[in-house]
Amino acid sequence: MDNPGMDAPATQPAEASSDVLVSLTDVNKYFGALHVLQDINLDVKRGEVLVVIGPSGSGKSTLCRAINRLEPINSGSITLDGQKLPEEGKPLARLRADVGMVFQSFNLFAHKSILENVTLGPLKVRRLKPAEAKKQAMELLERVGVANQANKLPAQLSGGQQQRVAIARALAMQPKVMLFDEPTSALDPEMVNEVLDVMVSLASEGMTMVVVTHEMGFARKAADRVVFMADGRIVEQAPPDQFFDNPQSERAKDFLSKILTH
Amino acid sequence: MSDFLDVLTNYDILGAYWVNIQLAFFSAVFALLLGLVLAMMRISPVPSLRGFGASYVNLMRNTPLTVIVVFAILVLWPIFNVSFSDNFNQNFFWLAVLSLSLYHASFFCEAIRSGVNTVPVGQAEAARAIGLSFLPAARLVIMPQAFRGAIAPLGNTLIALIKNTTVAAAASVAEVSILMREMIESNGNYVIPIFLTIAVGFVILVIPVGMLTTYLSQKLAVSR
Ligand SMILES: Nc1ncnc2c1ncn2[C@@H]1O[C@H](COP(=O)(O)OP(=O)(O)OP(=O)(O)O)[C@@H](O)[C@H]1O
Ligand SMILES: [Mg+2]
Repeated sequence: MDNPGMDAPATQPAEASSDVLVSLTDVNKYFGALHVLQDINLDVKRGEVLVVIGPSGSGKSTLCRAINRLEPINSGSITLDGQKLPEEGKPLARLRADVGMVFQSFNLFAHKSILENVTLGPLKVRRLKPAEAKKQAMELLERVGVANQANKLPAQLSGGQQQRVAIARALAMQPKVMLFDEPTSALDPEMVNEVLDVMVSLASEGMTMVVVTHEMGFARKAADRVVFMADGRIVEQAPPDQFFDNPQSERAKDFLSKILTH
Repeated sequence: MSDFLDVLTNYDILGAYWVNIQLAFFSAVFALLLGLVLAMMRISPVPSLRGFGASYVNLMRNTPLTVIVVFAILVLWPIFNVSFSDNFNQNFFWLAVLSLSLYHASFFCEAIRSGVNTVPVGQAEAARAIGLSFLPAARLVIMPQAFRGAIAPLGNTLIALIKNTTVAAAASVAEVSILMREMIESNGNYVIPIFLTIAVGFVILVIPVGMLTTYLSQKLAVSR
């Protein structure tokens, strides 16, 4: 099953040309004996929107988390903007500030107000002045449509609102790339679109995005490329229409038939 | 009854209690600070710090407090020259505070750690993801939530500490249990009233702490 559908726009060469923002080379990751990422090679170009799709347990979250080293890898290398990910400490923290991350379970700071959630990073990591951080945060909250909730606590908001705040919190760091790990799969169905709308507008503004999701509508509308993973490998990658209408590998056909029957 | 009142007024019971309150106050402050440092060590990414934290807690938590107090006055002071004051009584008071602090720090550490366990891992991941390194993430995100989740065990530790101040008697600190012994020795006919008086004093000291922690643990609970 080695990349049969590889007629996608060339993405494999590993040379660090400046239009490549995130680059994974021969990445391997084990959880004990479980080989969850197997020889992953993947380049994400500046401004590209990448959708990662695949069956449960195929390693999508691990791939996403490896990019900001929430999950350390066992071999291979990952670079961001030409720079190898630092191992730990201050340099790693600095790198993470440049990578926005949105989690399935939102993970808003439960003891802080919505506004404080968004200003914390800018104040403590970017060292913005309080007035400046607040102004920027309110603009972002405005943009994701929750400015009127600024003084509430996360638990007082709906899931959709919380996830939009989480996006604002990540954007407040002015990241180079945004990672989304199933951002809508913990949401009630009627709240999915309000979050996807924010993501679509972000994509259209040229944000580089890696999005783990099974939302095909989003993939078709916003993605430049779909990466299909199974058993820790990238099995197939193609532009969304091509991937969904004419998948090449058996694994992808099988997977799509399962999610399409619903 | 009036004879018993005479007994009570002949002794400076409130003054003795004041010593226990001071012991409790200073020990609580130092033990809580040390406990916080230990808890940070135990959750830190540095294995040697984690190991030190765990060893400290296991050593202190499993040693009887009296043994620690006796160690302080018979070993730390005379052999290692740990001295806080040239005034004999002052010195023993602070050696008692030191012992109480070292001992209860292990319990405060574990109470805080149980609070850390109430904080979902996603909170720490989100903190790291916006670029906070370990110390700022602990200070700004983890510990504030951990303390709110640890108020009940912290309160229990504080209550135990207040009662354990009587162990300072082993360092001849003139606190209330020493006074009680004196009172009983010279007023054998009033053993039970004297005992009850002292016990009620502790109840009066401790009950507000229990009420306060119950109130705070509800008021400050983090809603998720
Ligand atoms: N911390 C961990 N320790 C051990 N095994 C893990 C850990 N995290 C993930 N795994 C395992 O690694 C494999 C890949 O997990 P991962 O979460 O990346 O899959 P996924 O594609 O995101 O799945 P899902 O669609 O269910 O989210 C799974 O088999 C999972 O059980
Ligand atoms: Mg996942």
